[in-house]
Amino acid sequence: MTNEVILQVKDLKTYFTVDEGLVKAVDGVSFDLHKGETLGIVGESGSGKSVTNLSVINLIPTPPGKIAGGQVLFHGKDLLAMPQAEIRQIRGNKISMIFQDPMTSLNPFLKVSTQMIETIVLHQGLDKDAAKQKAIEMLKLAGIPAPEKRIDQYPHQFSGGMRQRVMIAMSLSCNPEILIADEPTSALDVTIQAQILEIMQELTKRLGTAVILITHSLGVVAGTCDTLCVMYAGRIVERGPTDVIFEDPKHPYTKGLIRSVPRLDVENSERLYSIQGQPPNVIDLPDCCPFYPRCEKAMDICKKKYPAIANFEQGRAVSCWLYSGAKDE
Amino acid sequence: MSKTDLLLDVRNLKMHFPVKGSFLSKTQNYIYAVDGVDFSISRGETMGLVGESGCGKSTTARAIAQLYKPTGGEVYLKGKDLIKASAGELMEARKNMQMVFQDPYASLNPRMTSGDIIAEPIRIFQKRGLVDMGKDAMNERVEQLMERVGLSRFFKNRYPHEFSGGQRQRIGIARALALQPELILCDEPVSALDVSIQSQILNLFKDLQQEFGLTYLFIAHDLAVIKYISDRVAVMYLGLIVEISGAKDLYKKPLHPYTQALLSAAPIPDPKVEAQRRRIILTGDVPSPDKQRPGCYFYDRCSKRMDHCKTQRPRLKETEDGHQVACFLYHDPE
Ligand SMILES: Nc1ncnc2c1ncn2[C@@H]1O[C@H](COP(=O)(O)OP(=O)(O)OP(=O)(O)O)[C@@H](O)[C@H]1O
Ligand SMILES: Nc1ncnc2c1ncn2[C@@H]1O[C@H](COP(=O)(O)OP(=O)(O)OP(=O)(O)O)[C@@H](O)[C@H]1O
Ligand SMILES: [Mg+2]
Ligand SMILES: [Mg+2]
Repeated sequence: MTNEVILQVKDLKTYFTVDEGLVKAVDGVSFDLHKGETLGIVGESGSGKSVTNLSVINLIPTPPGKIAGGQVLFHGKDLLAMPQAEIRQIRGNKISMIFQDPMTSLNPFLKVSTQMIETIVLHQGLDKDAAKQKAIEMLKLAGIPAPEKRIDQYPHQFSGGMRQRVMIAMSLSCNPEILIADEPTSALDVTIQAQILEIMQELTKRLGTAVILITHSLGVVAGTCDTLCVMYAGRIVERGPTDVIFEDPKHPYTKGLIRSVPRLDVENSERLYSIQGQPPNVIDLPDCCPFYPRCEKAMDICKKKYPAIANFEQGRAVSCWLYSGAKDE
Repeated sequence: MSKTDLLLDVRNLKMHFPVKGSFLSKTQNYIYAVDGVDFSISRGETMGLVGESGCGKSTTARAIAQLYKPTGGEVYLKGKDLIKASAGELMEARKNMQMVFQDPYASLNPRMTSGDIIAEPIRIFQKRGLVDMGKDAMNERVEQLMERVGLSRFFKNRYPHEFSGGQRQRIGIARALALQPELILCDEPVSALDVSIQSQILNLFKDLQQEFGLTYLFIAHDLAVIKYISDRVAVMYLGLIVEISGAKDLYKKPLHPYTQALLSAAPIPDPKVEAQRRRIILTGDVPSPDKQRPGCYFYDRCSKRMDHCKTQRPRLKETEDGHQVACFLYHDPE
């Protein structure tokens, strides 16, 4: 990780219009991504992790969705203001993606070789033979045995874990600057997850790729991410270096979340902590802290106004009235 | 542990599913989903069952519940073998043994209200004359159950789609409790839930166990969840149990190379711990259970394999008090 910021997300807002009202799926999200950094986004189902990242690459289905505000600066250029033709040059090339289910991005009717060669030829301007060599090399790096044979197989001939490795090989074959991985291991077994995460880390480190890793697993984040964003109901409630946040979580939601996960490495004979209640429905959310009904530390002000962001040393930011100071009411 | 404490005793349980062979071939092929499983659960105990996808956890639970007709073996519930039981005896046993499933969306009938879903097992047994409960008593019972699992009784007339995932799982748990069973077979009941809801439901399972003296077979693929909920843990691989031990022991001192790999692969939510850890990365994928093997089923992926592991199958044997392992590192071949 270096000090060079390559992606800046600024006050991003993405809304969906549905029959029941307005879904503020992402409502004022900001973060920076540095060259070579692995940034984790954690949060519960529906908190806006996937929508954040689909917005970053300008892939929000419109309608029902709409980017209602904000900027996504990639080397200073706003991806949200770019013509589609230009962003298509970036997507899959400078910024590539892996999803939870590799079958959504692999074409089941085409051999892996065809799909990989096409991408490499398109984005890197290599001829077909050179592209095939490159593809084989990437598959090998991703841990596919006998890649020169397997490359001519169809996606369904691979197991789930192997398909995800094919996806990693494919998405890194154009030396992207940013890899966005949306729950890349959530559908896999732990032993396969460990393989995939290791391959992903090793390859991105070697190639200097920055990674945005979306997951709901605090364990995965702890082992892989330099920085962490914790999302709740469409906002980032806490952001900072991963080790610092785990050591000293500030937002009551982050605190509760960390204490709610059972751990393998400690003798936990006592009862597991539970955050009471349920995550909110993000339809027509009132303009106050969405966590207050579940918060042990809730104060009057929490029901009235959304907390401003409080900044701490080491680039930490927390969005909670405990820290933003209820004084400016 | 005296024999009288045994609630469930599973011996050499086998569940082979016939599958179509290749076109024109006359041979019958099988999926050996469960291929000789032995374990027992004492009254009031929680036995955790872990293993990777496809290793046969759900099939084991379903074969115990007699939702499948097992290919072989014995399943004793309070000393009675369910596989040989008559239809009447089986019905009686079912009253005492209920299941909770992973997917609260798929396992609840979308056209029934939550109240009716919870009352359904009572109604089924009432029809057969095995339960006698008046309308008011049944109503009262449903409302009590709802409140006990953390749902307001005013939600009785709502349909499943009006509840969140965690609430639906609560409905499933209330339904399983309706007949006051002693044994509950829980097939990944928290796997689909968010972290904050998962801990609520895990604690609910623990509280209910204390209150009603329940016995659980608890299936999960998350090792930390299994550690939290279980007294003893059985680790499955490819249709077989490779290790059984007390939960604490298993995590401190895993014996089987597969258990060791599984534990080392599980991420720990603490960056300091993660930075220090050395992982045993298993190569390859879990093989398909489409054939029986003469040797150890873990042979292909094992870093400690020896020659005889390929040709002889290690049996589950006791090493120390209560710790059982199927591996030739700990006992010699016969
Ligand atoms: N195409 C869409 N139309 C309407 N609402 C949408 C659409 N896509 C997402 N949403 C809503 O936006 C919110 C955020 O969704 P998102 O997929 O980002 O959640 P997530 O954090 O990725 O959750 P998960 O962990 O379940 O993947 C949800 O309430 C979701 O229902
Ligand atoms: N009805 C069936 N017919 C044929 N094969 C089956 C059937 N049910 C399960 N199997 C196979 O038996 C094996 C064990 O399946 P099972 O569902 O018991 O695994 P599991 O351990 O519960 O996995 P998971 O963690 O994915 O739920 C798998 O290979 C599966 O494909
Ligand atoms: Mg998502
Ligand atoms: Mg299962």
